Amino acid sequence: MSAPPPILEMRSITKEFPGVKALSDVSLTVMPAEIHAICGENGAGKSTLMKVLSGVYPHGTYTGEIFFRGEEVQFRDIRQSEHAGIAIIHQELALIPELSITENIFLGNEIARGGRIDWPAAKRKALDLLARVGLSEDPDTQIKHLGVGKQQLVEIAKALAKDVKLLILDEPTAALNEDDSQHLLDLILGLKGRGIASIMISHKLNEIEQIADAITIIRDGHAIETLDVHGGDVDEDRIIRGMVGRSLESRYPDRTPHIGEVFFEVRDWTIQHPQVPERLVAKGSNLEVRRGEIVGLAGLMGAGRTELAMSIFGRSYGTYLAGTIVKDGKEIVLKDVESAIDHGLAYVSEDRKVLGLNLLDTIKRSIVSAKLRKISRLDVVDEFKESQVAESYRKQLRIKSPSVDMGVAKLSGGNQQKVVLAKWMFTDPDLLILDEPTRGIDVGAKYEIYTIIQQLAAQGKGVILISSELPELLGIADRIYTVFEGRITDNLPVSEATPEALMRSMTSAKKKANA
Amino acid sequence: MTTPTGATPTGATTTGATPEKRGGLADLRKMFGNGQSTLRQFGILGSLVVIIGLFQLLTWLIKGTGLTLSSTNLINVVNQYSYILILAIGMVMVIIMGHIDLSVGSVAAFTGIIVAKAMSEWNLPWPLAIVLGLLVGAAVGAWQGFWVAYVGVPAFIVTLAGMLIFRGGNQWIGQSTTTPVPVEFTYIGAGYLPDVAGSAFNYATMALGVLGAAWIVFTELRLRSVQKKMGSPQAPLWVSIVKIVLLAGVILWAAWLFATGRPGTSFPISGIILVLLVILYSFITRSTVFGRHIYAVGGNRLAATLSGVKDRRVDFFVMMNMSVLASLAGMIFVARSTASGPQDGNGWELDAIAAVFIGGAAVSGGIGTVIGSIVGGLVMAFLNNGLQLLGVGADWVQIIKGMVLLLAVGVDVWSKSQGRPSILGLWTRRRRARLEEQGPTEPPAVVPSSGTNESSEPRDVARL
Repeated sequence: MSAPPPILEMRSITKEFPGVKALSDVSLTVMPAEIHAICGENGAGKSTLMKVLSGVYPHGTYTGEIFFRGEEVQFRDIRQSEHAGIAIIHQELALIPELSITENIFLGNEIARGGRIDWPAAKRKALDLLARVGLSEDPDTQIKHLGVGKQQLVEIAKALAKDVKLLILDEPTAALNEDDSQHLLDLILGLKGRGIASIMISHKLNEIEQIADAITIIRDGHAIETLDVHGGDVDEDRIIRGMVGRSLESRYPDRTPHIGEVFFEVRDWTIQHPQVPERLVAKGSNLEVRRGEIVGLAGLMGAGRTELAMSIFGRSYGTYLAGTIVKDGKEIVLKDVESAIDHGLAYVSEDRKVLGLNLLDTIKRSIVSAKLRKISRLDVVDEFKESQVAESYRKQLRIKSPSVDMGVAKLSGGNQQKVVLAKWMFTDPDLLILDEPTRGIDVGAKYEIYTIIQQLAAQGKGVILISSELPELLGIADRIYTVFEGRITDNLPVSEATPEALMRSMTSAKKKANA
Repeated sequence: MTTPTGATPTGATTTGATPEKRGGLADLRKMFGNGQSTLRQFGILGSLVVIIGLFQLLTWLIKGTGLTLSSTNLINVVNQYSYILILAIGMVMVIIMGHIDLSVGSVAAFTGIIVAKAMSEWNLPWPLAIVLGLLVGAAVGAWQGFWVAYVGVPAFIVTLAGMLIFRGGNQWIGQSTTTPVPVEFTYIGAGYLPDVAGSAFNYATMALGVLGAAWIVFTELRLRSVQKKMGSPQAPLWVSIVKIVLLAGVILWAAWLFATGRPGTSFPISGIILVLLVILYSFITRSTVFGRHIYAVGGNRLAATLSGVKDRRVDFFVMMNMSVLASLAGMIFVARSTASGPQDGNGWELDAIAAVFIGGAAVSGGIGTVIGSIVGGLVMAFLNNGLQLLGVGADWVQIIKGMVLLLAVGVDVWSKSQGRPSILGLWTRRRRARLEEQGPTEPPAVVPSSGTNESSEPRDVARL
């Protein structure tokens, strides 16, 4: 039997951002009623590809061609792609909490006659759609009363209302528990039975294995390969090899670690999600850090790395349920950020523009901002000392700016990150938690940041390094924990860690933590 | 001090720090604080000079003599606007935090009636009455601060409620009638520095001016010595001299004008209170831990809390402080009008807010300075005053004031959306582009990506 024509063909898609080639010559073919999984590390270009497809990046901002249902399409915005029958369901749900299920399903797509909404008809159709996605709720229920899993189903119902031909799901099960995940996967299979094709981006390889017909692996903006699941031997190992198959280059400064005794321990750390009480973002996590040690924290997006780090740092995330922190043999309680700083903790956040810096401020004021009292007497800031301190960090970390009176907003990403590092070094921390410290900065600046991290460790400080880039962790960490769904799943010295082993622990909870 | 040593680059190669431009007009700008708002506020100072000059010229052309810069008029302006400017001091802190306070006029009136009643009916001595007034302000502020900081009700709503509550409170306590205050109390609102031995020339005012001029000289000398100590390059000596002569000259000239007013008048007491508050709050916002926390929370609340700042506490005290200053303004007004009435303080909040925004504060918070807001308030004051001198009716005064506010903030927003700091910044940049076409007159600065960079300083000096 001859193969039917594909429903979607993306040919040689190349998308560039200033200074970065996010996608280069990527092609993707999806057959009718196929579940096509896209795998890759964080930042590999999966989401960019989907944004090109759905018109978030309009035609003209990328090169290459897209054929949908046999015709070339050039979407200018999401509306056009939706009109053609492509619906994208984002990781962050796009429902309006105060409106009802019916109102949300038909938002922007109202069943109206002469501008007047026909509510009875809308409700009838909503009931029908809800039945199709297997959700038994009153269509008048407000979205805010539904759990995340049910909201996801409403999203899909909304897509179905628009007569969708191709459904794109971006990490659909990332926020769901196992039952809800299974229900959703069954639903996607059911839609397949009705001829609706799906593209599914997921980090959960077991789910992909379970439902996908084909898998395309993207790495560093290139489509590496497409695997046919039904063709035979595709398993998690095969996928992982595709995802990480990149040699470690000498992008990391050399260093001989001098590791001392354990001085910082977190025991049975359990944290609740701030909005969804039934979700635990950290489940009985244990970790320890030795003096002079760089400890990596590996995990995929949503695994709970940042949440774990922030909750340790003065309970700045989630609701504390249980667990203790021991530093230098004494149990300490860090009830707010100030006490965490006073106890020698520092947290460099993953998003320096939103959480790390006041972009309206100057370099010198930013550097001293986390421990102003150190250069103050009777709460009066010694501006002379402030300039001196800032100037010394500017030289030490080679922050490229004509003066420390310059606004941080004008600095490049790498230099902003150096200012953030200087700000936390100024607090004299014993333990630095660095959350994606090299995200969004160029290779040269990365090398400098690695050097700074190694210098800090050489001074006897402990470093927890959170990173989505496995090569980075393997390059500079001494020991690596893996996190999956809020659990610490593995604890490997870097000599024993391989990308494959790490990726396996990052995508499943099979192996027991031996911390 | 051992603290920063852990960080000092022992043996780090100090390849000659990129020269940092200081001194001259760049320092004048720094009077308005550091950061991105500086140049815009500097532009506002220019507008103030232009407005005063314009009305001086217009009154000279139309009325035969320049009225704006006469002794009597300057004294009037200080008397009429000191309480609005006092409100602007508190308001800029509120606005930097990203809040707003609509209740200041009502709080002022509420305090005014309590103080007036305390003196006229319970015979409370006036110094104690002032203390009582400040305590009332603190209590009102704690109430509003509690709702904003710890309950999380937006300040707009809390103070809108406060506007109603305390206006009603004033009218309930005063039975909607006016309550007179004793003569001694009026000194804080209508008093002047005393004349010495019946001389028409007020030596006390002049002495104050000399003090101010001396302070200018002192700070400039201190700046130069600090620069020397830090090893940062100094501005040429003549720049410092020009700056001292200009600033000290303006202060001495103003002092002379105030001192030569009608016998019995001189620099008003309310003006002295204002000057002291400006100095105090400039210091607080610029150089204290609390002041830095205000800018930190206003600029990026999340980053501030992750740096250990207790943002709610800052919210609370900033709202509380505003009400204390409002009660002070209310007492000065009552003193000036010798009685407390039910309509006192109507619309003050709007004048204060306008002053702050004209003075360069950002609607989204994080940006603004005390000095800038005072200059913004003076722009409004001289505009109002000049139009009145010209005999323009109240209707047109309001229309013109509204247009000026809209224009000032509109230009700011527009220039930001164009990625430019301000009209003035645009101008300096064009100028720089011209100069660069003519050939490099100095080694290029490292990152001169926008017009606010201090590297534009030599051109400013040339403008002098």
